[in-house]
Amino acid sequence: MADDVPNDVKEDVADIAPFDPTKKKKKKKVVIQDPADDSVEKVTEQTENLSVSDGLESTFSGLKKKKKKAVDTSSLNEESGEVGEDLDDHAGVDEEGEGTVPQSRFPWEGSDRDYEYEELLGRVFNILRENNPELAGDRRRTVMRPPQVLREGTKKTVFVNFMDLCKTMHRQPDHVMAFLLAELGTSGSLDGQQRLVVKGRFAPKNFEGILRRYINEYVICIGCKSPDTILSKENRLFFLRCEKCGSGRSVAPIKAGFVARVGRRTAGT
Amino acid sequence: MSELEVDVQIPTAFDPFAEANADDSGAGSKEYVHIRIQQRNGRKSLTTVQGLKKEYSYNKILKDLKKEFCCNGTVVQDPELGQVIQLQGDQRKNVSTFLVQAGIVKKEHIKIHGF
Ligand SMILES: [Zn+2]
Repeated sequence: MADDVPNDVKEDVADIAPFDPTKKKKKKKVVIQDPADDSVEKVTEQTENLSVSDGLESTFSGLKKKKKKAVDTSSLNEESGEVGEDLDDHAGVDEEGEGTVPQSRFPWEGSDRDYEYEELLGRVFNILRENNPELAGDRRRTVMRPPQVLREGTKKTVFVNFMDLCKTMHRQPDHVMAFLLAELGTSGSLDGQQRLVVKGRFAPKNFEGILRRYINEYVICIGCKSPDTILSKENRLFFLRCEKCGSGRSVAPIKAGFVARVGRRTAGT
Repeated sequence: MSELEVDVQIPTAFDPFAEANADDSGAGSKEYVHIRIQQRNGRKSLTTVQGLKKEYSYNKILKDLKKEFCCNGTVVQDPELGQVIQLQGDQRKNVSTFLVQAGIVKKEHIKIHGF
């Protein structure tokens, strides 16, 4: 169908917004790329990709890396804390979820009219949230910190909080690393401080985009969107099982695929 | 175009498993066309296209791609993966669009990798 939709839409999000589908993406305000120069084309590319993958936006807290360059004070104030995004997010949720719950606690107070469906729904969810938040279906996200990246020399990039993010996702560093390297089309390894050092120059955004896809593919439960899943290897197949709803699916093994020989003279012909 | 028509046969029916199935076939990942990007020295990059059907003339496709995007490229023979098209620069979007429009690959069979 709609053949003009870019391919990666499908691939990136698989149409589901992993953490919080209710939330409509906010225009990423501060997309100032690290002046650490990446070719312009790539930067624009990147931005497109990201805007496409919407849902996981929420995955990364204050994702526009807290730049040391003050961007514009207002937005800084809002976003400085990890919770920056959360703020307006809650607002969004409120509107949608409990739109009918106004100031005076309950709209039906003081009248003997029937409850409206929406009101009841809102009410039940409020109660649920208070008592059994885990049942309320709020994907109160596991928030991921944005990747922190350093450059090592001119040809290598160090992904500083790699381990950290693996832990957040509850995934084996090896697995995450395999995916990252395959997608980046490069090689790399952990250094003494458990940082991931990869060959090539990459911006935090690059890692972020890939991690997002990783999460879609290897972390999020398709059924309930919960990130609370276990990835196991069952006779040569990787299997993803959801701790929350119990559903499972097999996931693709990570394959690096073709890697061109670069460096000294491209191979071939 | 004609390829696409086929897909639309039952436009109203929503198959809740469509996605899951699609993903499953991804597990085999055999029939996917993979479009990847790789960094070269400096800010240069390279796009590779792997997994086109063997029946196609790679050289012919390559020629069209090169002409279309004004970039250089080559067909490489990989011992395991067979023939792979390499293009200079990041042509992932371009290639994907081209392959779909030319009816060479269906959109859902293309996997774009990279950062
Ligand atoms: Zn689940």
